[in-house]
Amino acid sequence: MENDVFRGIKVVSFGWAIVGALTMRYLANYGATVIKIESESRPDVLRTSPPFKDGKAGSNRSGYFNYFNANILSMALNITHPLALKIAKELVAKADIVMENFTPGVMERYGLGYEELKKAKPDIIVLRQSGFGSSGPYASLPAFGMTLNAMAGIPNFIGWPSGEPLPPGVAAYTDCISPRFAVATLIAALDYRNKTGKGQLLDISQLESTVYFIIPAILDYISNGREPLLVGNSCSYAVPHGVYPCKGNDRWCTITVFNDEEWVQLCRVIGKPEYIDDPRFNTFLNRRKNESEINRVISEWTINFIPEEVMTQMQSAGVAAGAVKDAADIYADPQLRQRNFFWRLNHPEMGFFTHLGESFKLSKTPAEKRMPSPCLGEHTEYVCTNILGISDEKFVELLQSGVLT
Amino acid sequence: MLTGCRALDLTDEKGFLCGKILADLGVDVIKVERPTGDPSRRIGPFWHDIAEPEKSLYWWAYNSNKRGITLNLEVSDGKEIFKELVSTADFVIESFPPGYIEKLGIGYSTLSSVKGGIILTSITPFGLAGPYKNYKASDIVVMGMAGMLYLTGERESPPVNISIPQACLHAGADAAVGTMIAYYHRERTGEGQHVDISMQQSTALFLANTIPFWELYGTITRRAGVFRTGMSTDAVQRQVWRCKDGYVFFALLGGLAGARTGQRLTEWIEAEGMDSGYLQSVDWANFDMGNVTQEVIDQISRPIEEFFLSHTKRELLEGAVKRQVSACQLSSIQDLLDDATLKARNLWVEIEHPELGISVSYPREFVKSSEKALLTRFRAPLIGEHNKEIYSEIGLSRQDLVLLKQAGIV
Repeated sequence: MENDVFRGIKVVSFGWAIVGALTMRYLANYGATVIKIESESRPDVLRTSPPFKDGKAGSNRSGYFNYFNANILSMALNITHPLALKIAKELVAKADIVMENFTPGVMERYGLGYEELKKAKPDIIVLRQSGFGSSGPYASLPAFGMTLNAMAGIPNFIGWPSGEPLPPGVAAYTDCISPRFAVATLIAALDYRNKTGKGQLLDISQLESTVYFIIPAILDYISNGREPLLVGNSCSYAVPHGVYPCKGNDRWCTITVFNDEEWVQLCRVIGKPEYIDDPRFNTFLNRRKNESEINRVISEWTINFIPEEVMTQMQSAGVAAGAVKDAADIYADPQLRQRNFFWRLNHPEMGFFTHLGESFKLSKTPAEKRMPSPCLGEHTEYVCTNILGISDEKFVELLQSGVLT
Repeated sequence: MLTGCRALDLTDEKGFLCGKILADLGVDVIKVERPTGDPSRRIGPFWHDIAEPEKSLYWWAYNSNKRGITLNLEVSDGKEIFKELVSTADFVIESFPPGYIEKLGIGYSTLSSVKGGIILTSITPFGLAGPYKNYKASDIVVMGMAGMLYLTGERESPPVNISIPQACLHAGADAAVGTMIAYYHRERTGEGQHVDISMQQSTALFLANTIPFWELYGTITRRAGVFRTGMSTDAVQRQVWRCKDGYVFFALLGGLAGARTGQRLTEWIEAEGMDSGYLQSVDWANFDMGNVTQEVIDQISRPIEEFFLSHTKRELLEGAVKRQVSACQLSSIQDLLDDATLKARNLWVEIEHPELGISVSYPREFVKSSEKALLTRFRAPLIGEHNKEIYSEIGLSRQDLVLLKQAGIV
């Protein structure tokens, strides 16, 4: 297509699970040919994760995998087969980027460490993205989003005063952080290679990326000796600031007020103009002192409306407020839909199925939905014949050898 | 890697991280603030709790490696100077409300006529168009609208937000990616474009499997507090455990890796002479999280709970590393600063703040490149710190600057 930013760029991806998928998609959505290497004996872990089409497990039936992998090609290659290494290296020789997010040591065991990859393609760009980075004492500790959250200290920021620290709502929260740092760097590295002819190795630690999401707290500790406290939804410089109950089962709306003007508007919306000058609430400091009372009176009002009604009334008055959206709300969200956040694509085993679509809008080169998430090995023949230039005869031989499974 | 590129960074806290990532990649990023300093300098915490605009730790955190100038964009001289600067730039990053820069007369079409190929990146709460585009927002509002908040907290309590702002960081990091995609396109074709980032959309990127759960099963994933959900069965399993001096995070997972961890944890408990109880009877090689019952999980949990309670978080982390069990401590900030692996990888770097006579630890780099060190090199700018050097680059004389200062333009 005319607008394919990364037209001609080939990515060989040993990336898997969430980090792998979220990294690949940015490049694939803008025209790179991203070839995901997996095998029947070691499929992407998401392929074995629920939910499944009709509740029946199967490599190509996972809603989890198929939500995240639009525009990706899947090549089946059993990397432990004696013929596999040669094929993998031939593919690398035609590639611009190799990416992986295994525990360090795995690629080396396959014979695909950086030095080997460089022999196959001297200017290759290699991205490694493991939990703790490829050096250091924890390098080989298997990492999961859940444990990385804890290592990075994220739960210290989640919970009620005197309660327990809680994990973020999606256990693998850290998984969505490092891919952005990774892709921004990868593109810079591609540009650098185009200009200098030099490839490189990029080593990202998911833990370190996540540390970038709490730098102010680190500086606060260094400067003021304060460890984070569990504060619920309150905010030191805004009152009211929180989540308020709405009509319905487990329905909520956020409301935040950052200045007197917004407080005045809020009082009008909830039909309590007398609170504007009430000595308990008339200044920021007074509102802060009487925060629980404020929260009580707002809740008495919000409980009469569904979240969208609270949101619309507050927003029309210039007060920041938003429905606390559950999965069904997100699915139907008019703003996200308007921005093509979801792509509905016809998948051979799922049927019409909602895939994660665009992340942002580029005015001249919008992301393209080209194909649904791949079935395992769906593009093996295409990659072998069209990219590797393997003859039909030889391809049949390889098929029979079992290396392409 | 991007040496020779320049970005003008007009953002408040919604967009800091975008420019920070570009600056670390080698772009000359210039923060452009109003003459009194950007209002985002009021965001705490502050150095030694002194609430002054040049002591905002939030500002420090995400504006290192950037230079800074002041400029009043609302007056004509300011706009003309801004256009001069744009003609030297590759990127402009802004986070004003939708329509604001167009109203000032420095929207995308103007900028691109000033400098062909310019890339303008706009970061707003909900995006530049669409039904919510003019909605006001704060971090917790966006986290709610993006689906993260509903999932966070305990089942019987209201949703609870991550108390350190996150939505702006998801958006800022996405903005860096979008900007780089646009840059790659420009390097190939010469064509610039407008990158439109929505905090809501960037934050909704990762809602795990909750959307397909809704589409395929019609079920809504709910908050589960210290427990883990989203498994095949209705069983819930603890992921937050108490230990002697804090908390550790651990969960049994399916698949090979999960089975290995279960086996190794059992051996660890036994090696320390503790009763592994029910764990002994689990056939880890064939253990399947896909159909495990709540009863089995509860029985597995008991000896694990006792084992964790009898150890400190450091003992557990060190043991987990040694035995390759996927358990981790809940780190305090002090733990992070002392952490063996972060130290071994040199994460912390001391950056000088000469005006205060101090140096402060910052994360050194978010990626290790074999080709170019992408380091945090210098602290965030003071208000107008680089006015003289940057304005002289575009040919403003010392006298011009004095005049502009008197007129409240810089």
